[in-house]
Amino acid sequence: MLTNEMLESIKKVEATRDERMHAELRKMTAEEKEAILNAFHPDYKDEGFEVLQVGPNKGEKVPTELCHLLQGTSRVLGKDIDLENPDYDTDVLIIGGGGAGSSAAIEADEAGCKVMLVTKLRIGDANTMMAEGGIQAADKENDSPAQHYIDAMGGGHFCNKPELLRKLVCDAPIAIKWLNELGVMFDKEEDGTMVTTHGGGTSRKRMHACKDYSGAEIMRTLRDEVWNRKIPVIDYTAAIELIKDDKGAVAGAVLQNMETGELYVARAKTVIIATGGAGRLHYQGFPTSNHYGATADGLVLAYRAGAPLLYADTIQYHPTGVAYPSQIFGALVTEKVRSLGALLVNIDGVAFMNPLETRDVTASTIIRECKERGKGVPTPDGGYGVWLDTPMIERLHGEGTIEKRIPAMLRMYLEYGIDMRKQPILVYPTLHYQNGGIKIEANGMSDVENLFVAGEAVGGIHGRNRLMGNSLLDVIVFGRNAGKNAAAKAKTIDTVGKLTLSHVDSFEKELEGAGLAGGELSPKLLPDYTRK
Amino acid sequence: MSEEKMVNIFIMGKKYEVPASLTIMTAMEYAGYKYVRGCGCRNGFCGACATVYRIKGEFELKTGLACQTQVQEGMYISQIPSFPTKKAEYDINEVSPDQQVMMSLYPEIYSCIGCNACTNACPQKLPVMQYIAYAQRGDFKACANASFDCVACGLCSVRCPAGITHPQVGELARRLNGKYIAPESKHLTKRVDEIVKGEHEEMIEKLMQTPIEELKNLYNTRDIEK
Repeated sequence: MLTNEMLESIKKVEATRDERMHAELRKMTAEEKEAILNAFHPDYKDEGFEVLQVGPNKGEKVPTELCHLLQGTSRVLGKDIDLENPDYDTDVLIIGGGGAGSSAAIEADEAGCKVMLVTKLRIGDANTMMAEGGIQAADKENDSPAQHYIDAMGGGHFCNKPELLRKLVCDAPIAIKWLNELGVMFDKEEDGTMVTTHGGGTSRKRMHACKDYSGAEIMRTLRDEVWNRKIPVIDYTAAIELIKDDKGAVAGAVLQNMETGELYVARAKTVIIATGGAGRLHYQGFPTSNHYGATADGLVLAYRAGAPLLYADTIQYHPTGVAYPSQIFGALVTEKVRSLGALLVNIDGVAFMNPLETRDVTASTIIRECKERGKGVPTPDGGYGVWLDTPMIERLHGEGTIEKRIPAMLRMYLEYGIDMRKQPILVYPTLHYQNGGIKIEANGMSDVENLFVAGEAVGGIHGRNRLMGNSLLDVIVFGRNAGKNAAAKAKTIDTVGKLTLSHVDSFEKELEGAGLAGGELSPKLLPDYTRK
Repeated sequence: MSEEKMVNIFIMGKKYEVPASLTIMTAMEYAGYKYVRGCGCRNGFCGACATVYRIKGEFELKTGLACQTQVQEGMYISQIPSFPTKKAEYDINEVSPDQQVMMSLYPEIYSCIGCNACTNACPQKLPVMQYIAYAQRGDFKACANASFDCVACGLCSVRCPAGITHPQVGELARRLNGKYIAPESKHLTKRVDEIVKGEHEEMIEKLMQTPIEELKNLYNTRDIEK
């Protein structure tokens, strides 16, 4: 039930809608953006961070919850693990069953390697499945990979690693073609032209979509392909530690059955970490749009094995998470809603910003509107939100547009009696994406020999802020890239050396030396939402 | 804030009192269950939390996704985190979009008795029986579009007396449609050719060599498509 205050505010939103319909809302200057980020973006709040005291990034700050896990206690300590007789033996071991892991599996299999994919939930239980808005690629006449490069650089505050970004934008059209040929149903005109829109921070309309099930359509196609290829998928099995060989190269992982607790040893010539993001760590108490298993496990494993992280202190808060109703609090409201023309409006019915600024700027401006200016709409849970004026979409593009272009959003709200075609919806930023992650080179390998990384677990592709549609793109481009290169590397290895977990012991000694032994068990594997 | 309204629900037959505002998923967690199975994206996209329930005193068996369904008084809940279904293996490059492919891979669809239990079970409210009918006829475009919002929770298959695995039939139809039936995007083919020939290398190289201050200027003054 909407509160009286909400209903009163909706009347004001309706009263101003006509004059807002074709309003040109000014974009902020570079200086204005900088100021608003400094004052309101959660990344700039020192109390949300701690400084690492051990490991490759010693002396750098990361979110507090991640810091505790990176410096946590290994799950293999004190366990009797027989490294001499592995339970699994493979060429390429892939940890993670989302878009990146599945793309990597397909390419490594295509290259003729023996591949095995492990996932702590099921293949497809991943943020890829939940990506709604779309995937960027510069494939139109007025666009180019260079234009895409400039947009992503600017969005990323010019911190993107150039050689990674080059790969992202140049391989983008190739990735779309690959997906299309696997059978992904992109939104197209009658003549085959891709239907493309803007995203926050894009200078060309290059957002390709599959309605607002873009990630789901891509993920289920990849999953079907993995199954068709009969690639072994070991589900409900988490990787809890990497294994190295006697030369210090990564050579497998210790696995744990999520239900029975049984441990297994997997030996591999190369390993790909594709474990995704960290939304379920709920940095600074934010709700999240992420899936249940997004607990940064891969970062913990890689860090203990000696792989440095890059930009692990930058987190993306999606500007529009659900603020109300409480049942879906924090769930994602796709950026496509704004791409289609819905404006962000405050309690008085005033459109307070151009809704297609980059995500970090938009989220910060919404926070300012609520916290500093007091123009948010209070919710029964004690929080607040601003309106996303969805009826504008039907007015701008014709009746039926919402059902056709964003059916998942319509369905999600209708479950709770809210018809977004007729009334605006309340939104507030939600923890959405890990901009940083494990540092890699353009071949997908981390600083640790034979350890490859792909997808959200990578840091550097997007600099300090990712643009909409560049994540679905990155899981495909860098997933395939890691699969190909990990396979090629595996072919150069005749026999794997003697397996060891000595790096885990060394890390534990470092922790003891820093007085940090006995921290929480990590990786976290799953959040705990049971009532305490 | 006023006192929280509570309801009684029955999780696999056992009674718990939980806040009325919760979903089935958060109510189970409130009751003390920590999920391993039966929970995925928590946002209605992955189909991991297929659930059946009956309201005390009512006849009808209902279905829903635990993450998207609010609890009610007297709700008897069982989750179906896994159900044996059929997945036919095929090579997408070797099949063609004609009626024959469904006959050989999913012949059981022709045993549909028209009971419509699948459609009634769908938490996404899709016309499931209708899309199976399209598949029978070899109209893969229609099948693909009608099944597009499927999250593969499998509740249709649980209820099907003919043993059809509807989500997999839809998946095959969508892949056939996306690959073979939908028109080619010529601008995409053209751009990929250019990239493969290296025609964009020089521009990118130049940008990679450009000093940050100059890049910033390029970014801040770039023209934006209307």
